[in-house]
Amino acid sequence: MIETLGMYFQFPFVRYALIVGVLIALCSSLLGVTLVLRRFSFIGDGLSHVAFGALAVAGILNLTDDMLFVLPVTVLAAVLLLRTGQNTKIKGDAAIAMISVSALAIGYLLMNLFSTSTNLSGDVCSTLFGSTSILTLTQGEVWLCAVLSIAVVALFILFYNKLFAVTFDEDFARASGTRVEAYNLLIAVVIAVIIVLAMNLVGSLLISALIIFPAMSAMRIFRSFRAVTLCSGVLSVVCALLGILISIVSGTPVGSTIVAVNMAAFLLCCGAARIQGGKA
Amino acid sequence: MAQLTCSGLSLGYERRVICAGLSFSVNEGDYLCIVGENGSGKTTLMKTILGLQKPLAGSIAFGDGLKAGEIGYLPQQTAAQKDFPATVWEVALSGCQARMGRRPFYSRQEKEETRRNLARMGMEGLAGRCYRDLSGGQQQRVLLARALCATRKLLLLDEPVSGLDPAVTAEMYALITRLNREEKVTIIMISHDPGAVQYASHVLHIGRELFFGTAQAYREKWENGDFDFMRGGSAL
Repeated sequence: MIETLGMYFQFPFVRYALIVGVLIALCSSLLGVTLVLRRFSFIGDGLSHVAFGALAVAGILNLTDDMLFVLPVTVLAAVLLLRTGQNTKIKGDAAIAMISVSALAIGYLLMNLFSTSTNLSGDVCSTLFGSTSILTLTQGEVWLCAVLSIAVVALFILFYNKLFAVTFDEDFARASGTRVEAYNLLIAVVIAVIIVLAMNLVGSLLISALIIFPAMSAMRIFRSFRAVTLCSGVLSVVCALLGILISIVSGTPVGSTIVAVNMAAFLLCCGAARIQGGKA
Repeated sequence: MAQLTCSGLSLGYERRVICAGLSFSVNEGDYLCIVGENGSGKTTLMKTILGLQKPLAGSIAFGDGLKAGEIGYLPQQTAAQKDFPATVWEVALSGCQARMGRRPFYSRQEKEETRRNLARMGMEGLAGRCYRDLSGGQQQRVLLARALCATRKLLLLDEPVSGLDPAVTAEMYALITRLNREEKVTIIMISHDPGAVQYASHVLHIGRELFFGTAQAYREKWENGDFDFMRGGSAL
């Protein structure tokens, strides 16, 4: 098996896939802790559907670089979604559900009406489940991904304490002069960036798994914010690595393999928590 | 000059006025208790003082060396906090946020102050414990320590004893009174518990009838049955 892996690592695209996969997993898990704790878990899901719709539109417009269109649209949607959380007529979860199904439907509709591709269902499937795209990344895309990921991690470390304050108690943070709106905006933009990046890895239907699972698993075991964040990052990276390696060796789709590994890790953490709880 | 002066305040959301014509002032070392029925605008008043919400009319002025951001706030707990993975230390330390400005990390001095405030609340031994595993009274102490990290002068407490059992409630009141008497921290406390008035130096009653004055005057008025709503037969 090691030999098979060794052989695969001769190919640059496999190494790229591994690097990008790990970076994306790290970013999404860091932000995931904040999202899960603020009851925003579904934002990832909603945004990924918006990104799918945007990708369909970009395909019709025959844009050479999809990212240039998909990224701004997703960022805009993220800002709008986070804003709806604050006293509007349509409540947050309903707004997210409506936006995400609309984007999904319109995206598929447009792809059907205007597609020039001969293998439409294959295209749709790979956008939704990310079956092959991570293995066809160019060097440029890997660089873009690396730079954005490092920026996300740097921002996270720099604003770690503020993020904690805003996540734990928004009202207190605002009362003590923290510009909560600015941080919410920052969070929205960063999430949108991560989701667009993660579409290459796991496809738009499975992104929320990368955001939610590591945080939930870490919360089973650890009881401080710092430990949960660290554990979530480490767990996510390990799961992504394992998932990609398994998918290379056994030829399974990358995205769903990573999610399956994350699921297994979550179950393990639940078991560990139970044993821990039994002792205490 | 008073630390906090509110004149002619009207409170409410959008066009619905909850409470109008509110005027009162708070001096250094005062212990003001704000009472009133549910829905009379107590929490709205607090949010307005904190600057989370704009008053419909009137003004709020800070004085006596107090700036708008220097208020320690003890909010009512939210549902999300009940299962939040954070240690006592992390929660209390986040009270120093206000002083940090753009600086991303806490200084040694801020950590020292957090340690001192936890000790004032008798919580220093539990700093490493998980916040969600504490009892209701202990959680309130942690949030009080956090509020003290944000201020040295003025504390705003929103229903600090709701959901606590009688023994813990008495302890909490004693703690707040000690902060006020011994450390000269100004206290503004919202309560729907009429018993809270006995600890206060001043009372603001909002609702169908407005009252602002010393606790003594409030008690006399109360004993004489001078409130309109009492004659109406509805008891608090």
